[in-house]
Amino acid sequence: MINKTDNNRAWLLVVPVVVLVAFSAIIPLMTVVNYSVQDIFDPQTRIFVGTEWFREALLDERLHGALGRQVLFSLMVLLIEVPLGIAIALCLPRRGPWVSFCLILLALPMLVPFNVVGTIWQIFARADIGLGGWLMTELGFDYNYTASPLDAWLTVLVMDVWHWTSLIVLLCYAGLLSIPGAYYQAAQIDGASRWAIFRYIQLPKLTNVLVIGVLLRFMDSFMIYAEPFVLTGGGPGNATTFLSQQLTTLAVGQFDLGPAAAFSLIYFLIILLICWLFYTAITHLSTR
Amino acid sequence: MAEIHLKNIAHSYRENPQSPADYALKPCDYFWQDGGAYALLGPSGCGKSTLLNIISGLLQPSEGQILLDGRDVTRSSIQDRNIAQVFQFPVIYDSMTVYDNLAFPLRNRGVEATAVKQRVREVAEMLDLGDILHSRARGLSPDAKQTISLGRALVRNDVAAILFDEPLTVIDPHLKFLLRRKLKQVHERHQLTLIYVTHDQSEALTFADQVVVMNEGQILQVGSPQELFEKPAHSFVGHFIGSPGMNFFDCELVDGHALIGSQKLRIHHGGCAQPAERTQIGIRPEFLRLSDSAGDHSLPVMVESVQDLGNYQIASGQLEGRPVKIKLDEEQAVGTGPAHLHFAPEHTRIYLDDWLCEAKP
Repeated sequence: MINKTDNNRAWLLVVPVVVLVAFSAIIPLMTVVNYSVQDIFDPQTRIFVGTEWFREALLDERLHGALGRQVLFSLMVLLIEVPLGIAIALCLPRRGPWVSFCLILLALPMLVPFNVVGTIWQIFARADIGLGGWLMTELGFDYNYTASPLDAWLTVLVMDVWHWTSLIVLLCYAGLLSIPGAYYQAAQIDGASRWAIFRYIQLPKLTNVLVIGVLLRFMDSFMIYAEPFVLTGGGPGNATTFLSQQLTTLAVGQFDLGPAAAFSLIYFLIILLICWLFYTAITHLSTR
Repeated sequence: MAEIHLKNIAHSYRENPQSPADYALKPCDYFWQDGGAYALLGPSGCGKSTLLNIISGLLQPSEGQILLDGRDVTRSSIQDRNIAQVFQFPVIYDSMTVYDNLAFPLRNRGVEATAVKQRVREVAEMLDLGDILHSRARGLSPDAKQTISLGRALVRNDVAAILFDEPLTVIDPHLKFLLRRKLKQVHERHQLTLIYVTHDQSEALTFADQVVVMNEGQILQVGSPQELFEKPAHSFVGHFIGSPGMNFFDCELVDGHALIGSQKLRIHHGGCAQPAERTQIGIRPEFLRLSDSAGDHSLPVMVESVQDLGNYQIASGQLEGRPVKIKLDEEQAVGTGPAHLHFAPEHTRIYLDDWLCEAKP
């Protein structure tokens, strides 16, 4: 028989973690939870409304539209940036004086603050004073991102590709460098084609970094706010109004804090769910 | 299968090699016979991997030519040489099954599906991979993975030679033996030309018909395990092969005798008494004998310690201030102190500037 003495002081060891998590996540989130189930006029006057705000948020047409655009945007961002990032990483030099030059050049866009990126492209894409817009017009395209929804979409997409493809490139480049030379030598001896080397050596060895890259790019693009806000202001019409911006309009513009809080929670759950689904799918796939 | 001719091959990793020290592989010219099992033996950094990579085509030699069955392949690509290689760490295609791994080299060469199937089955049977043929290669043990690497080399009908670059490094000791035996069986059955790089002498001596001993970019001796043991061509071979290594004594050769310090040992040295910077006599610890009485070919020795190693003993001592090791039977009772050291005359070798000099009687 083992005599165990209860020592409740051990709980003290968990206190730092509890405090940290509370301040970093739970308490700020509780504010949102508070607003999502009550109608708050001032600190003294508040009414419990149950699921009313949630129902309202779920039925809001404008939020549906924003969610649809958001999903489409994130999907396109992933579809463009991941293959492009892998392709660029494959083309980068492995050694020599150009390595650091290329890496710095690639890392630069990521160092630019989000709203500055918006400003850069806002000016760059203008037909009158921006090089990009001027070039498009000179080439004979009827390009105007402030008037045409398609042009606005294209501009936002190109901007995001410019800003974030480097992340995928750098992750893949690191992944490629970690493949031992013997694999390539063996593949040459086995007579493998360039495509076979990519398909059976490089891609399998990149799976781990790609999972991280895709998750990061998904989460970031799903929460995009500052860049399209500065570039197009969500327009023309609502064409480039994504979820964050719709929420901001709801919360700060119209001061509908209840529905905004309710939708924030739904927003949060959507990201969590998609990340979980994605992660499970990938890890399941790679252990099969 | 093919014979390999290294024609005046040399390699330097520098642009303009000036001195011999700049060469990772010093100039050499050797024939490697069709169907032979060769081991490249030497310490780390002696140039054996350089030589291997030159043969497989991963490296272009800075001088000389490589001929496969008389065909010059020096500038040919790896694919055109039909040489297979097994690397130090098992290289397998993680995402494929064992079957697909084995079929990979054939499919890349456009071999027909039915022929692929038949060939893969043959190889799998030969290497006992039948049970795991359809499981994924990723989760297998290192020895199974290394067997697959070997299988990928064997599956091609057209390989001229299979090169092994220390293939048993990551394998558990008890499995090393099994894998080595598998290799030996494959060699006996198919008479392939095998070249096996290792720094482990027991691995080299059990595997190969011909052992190539290298040091500092130079091939010192090519010979059967017995030749390397009995007649090391270079003092390095004497030191490197055998446990403990060969005994060497600096000496002078004067009419029918070797002068070691103040002692005189009677030996044949016909034709070897020529000027050299360093003259040594060398003898294996196995060919020395200790006794209480002096004899025809004996010198006084001071025995300092005796070590019992199970089925034999190693006596360490001093001969004219030079260390000497003697390998003795387990039964012989030996004490420390002065004794007489008997040299077997037929196994006493003369080395001039580290190279063996064959004495004429």
